[in-house]
Amino acid sequence: MRTTRQESVVTHALLLVAAVVAVYPFASILLLALHEPGSGTASSGLPDGIHLSSFSTAWTRGGFASALTSSAVVALTVVVVTAALATLAGYALGSMRVPGGKLIMGLLLVGLVLPYEVTVVPLYELLSSWGLVDTYLALILPQIGLSVPLGVFWMRTFFQAVPPSLYEAARVDGATRLQSLRLVLLPIAGPAIATLATILFLFTWNEFLLALVLVPQNEAVQTAPLALSFFSGAARNTDPAVTAAAAVLVALPVLVAYVFLQRRLITGIVSGAVKE
Amino acid sequence: MSTAAPARAVTGVDRPGAAAPRRGRGRLHGLQWVGLAYVAPAVAVFAVFVLYPLYRTFYTSLYDYDGLTAATWVGLENYREVLTAPELREALLHSLVFLVFYAALPVVIGLALAGLMSRIRVYGLTVFRALLFVPQILSSVVVAVSWRWIYDVQGPLNDLLRAVGLDQLTRGWLGDFSTALPAVGVIGTWVEYGLCMVLFLAGIATIDREQYEAARLDGAGPIREFVSITLPALRPQVSVALVLTITFALRNFDLVWNTTRGGPGTSTTVPSVFVYQDAFQNREVGLASALAIVLTVVILVVVGLVLAALRERGTGARAARGGARA
Repeated sequence: MRTTRQESVVTHALLLVAAVVAVYPFASILLLALHEPGSGTASSGLPDGIHLSSFSTAWTRGGFASALTSSAVVALTVVVVTAALATLAGYALGSMRVPGGKLIMGLLLVGLVLPYEVTVVPLYELLSSWGLVDTYLALILPQIGLSVPLGVFWMRTFFQAVPPSLYEAARVDGATRLQSLRLVLLPIAGPAIATLATILFLFTWNEFLLALVLVPQNEAVQTAPLALSFFSGAARNTDPAVTAAAAVLVALPVLVAYVFLQRRLITGIVSGAVKE
Repeated sequence: MSTAAPARAVTGVDRPGAAAPRRGRGRLHGLQWVGLAYVAPAVAVFAVFVLYPLYRTFYTSLYDYDGLTAATWVGLENYREVLTAPELREALLHSLVFLVFYAALPVVIGLALAGLMSRIRVYGLTVFRALLFVPQILSSVVVAVSWRWIYDVQGPLNDLLRAVGLDQLTRGWLGDFSTALPAVGVIGTWVEYGLCMVLFLAGIATIDREQYEAARLDGAGPIREFVSITLPALRPQVSVALVLTITFALRNFDLVWNTTRGGPGTSTTVPSVFVYQDAFQNREVGLASALAIVLTVVILVVVGLVLAALRERGTGARAARGGARA
């Protein structure tokens, strides 16, 4: 294409600015966290060396070992169960004519845009009547329910895209529906399920409101974002470098995973979003 | 890329006709009741943990209920209060302001940059894309902590102002009545503009380059090119971007709660913060439920309007082309 070299340079410069702005806030707390604690005023500049003591202070005082473990337990369980439920339902809705299928899809569609705010109060009452508030299950069960719409839409799209000849071939070979799913379709569904799992993991890991409402009292099951919220709230008057270090600790596992999974995640979200 | 391709292809080409009837005829006629067994577990969990609570919220919204003692039926009284109480009206007004910051600005910024990028060959696109997407993957609490630092009295923003001699502008941006609302708004713009850009870039990648060549031969300038080629082609992406950003703007509990809690005073209150406070702190569960229902209806209506307004008319050709290229 014929465009001027000047135009290309200007556009790249703008793009660079946009990218720097996107990462600057995290970079700013990373720099702050590396300062010597208590160094006070000049903290927004570069630190005079690498000091890790803020991290160890935050780690022990904020109980982040337990919080990160909780997040991992909750997120992994939600991802595995949702992926299983969504694969079964998506298989049926994508390859069979299920009675009431349209109605089911319609309800799930509402679930996709529903604000969690509208379900948290009854969820709290439901789970407390079951004696589950302040347990892992209080976070896991509702988040499976809230993740199901996305999961089912995602897997249905996948199963619709499978060439009909494949279903046909499995049937001719005498496979039952469950056998076709297990032996023929699951082996090729790997990438679709992996992308779904990545997206669900991210959403679940970062969920805040449900954690705030459903596990308010039990520190042992509080997730990393909730622990950080309490810690940064309580630490308002203490050293900002320690709060910053806590935030870095909470973000780090996700950022590390992102480095490896970003391509899958971004393509997944972008294509998945436009499809619906 | 590989995961997206088959899915996208189906939307563009197969779904409108080819696949379904062929499959249906070959396999059987009529409905497949066994399918219900596959759907049941997912639907059951969804029904218990989403639909039932939704129904309960609606039910509770018709009662005066403190969460402990017996509830009294009040009909639509809670709704009347939601729509007339000055503090709730103010919160809805803040939500409108946030719509500009969280939805309008990111989409405009995204379109402007994507429009520029459609005209050149971009180097390092994968890296740029990954960096632009970072705000989307960070927990909202991490985002809030970062921006609280940026806006801090001792933070980078005030340092920058001092460095350029604008000392009189320095302040605690989130604690100041006149700046708290736009300050929280800017955080939302920051969270969403990268998502919009990445969505639009994906859309631009499916536009046939020849259209641009043809437009240029006709003597079209950059603006004409953007308005007549890029913008129409991005209709599905703009629609998705608006749905995602508008939903985010109207909910907006996490960021407000973790930056200002609605303060200072009531200068950054939003409906979702009232839902939480009324339900769990002020014990006005009926009122909180009515507010939550109103919020939900507003979101569903706005999303519905956006989807209806931006639905592609007379598609086929363009969608198929996008699908074939993917």
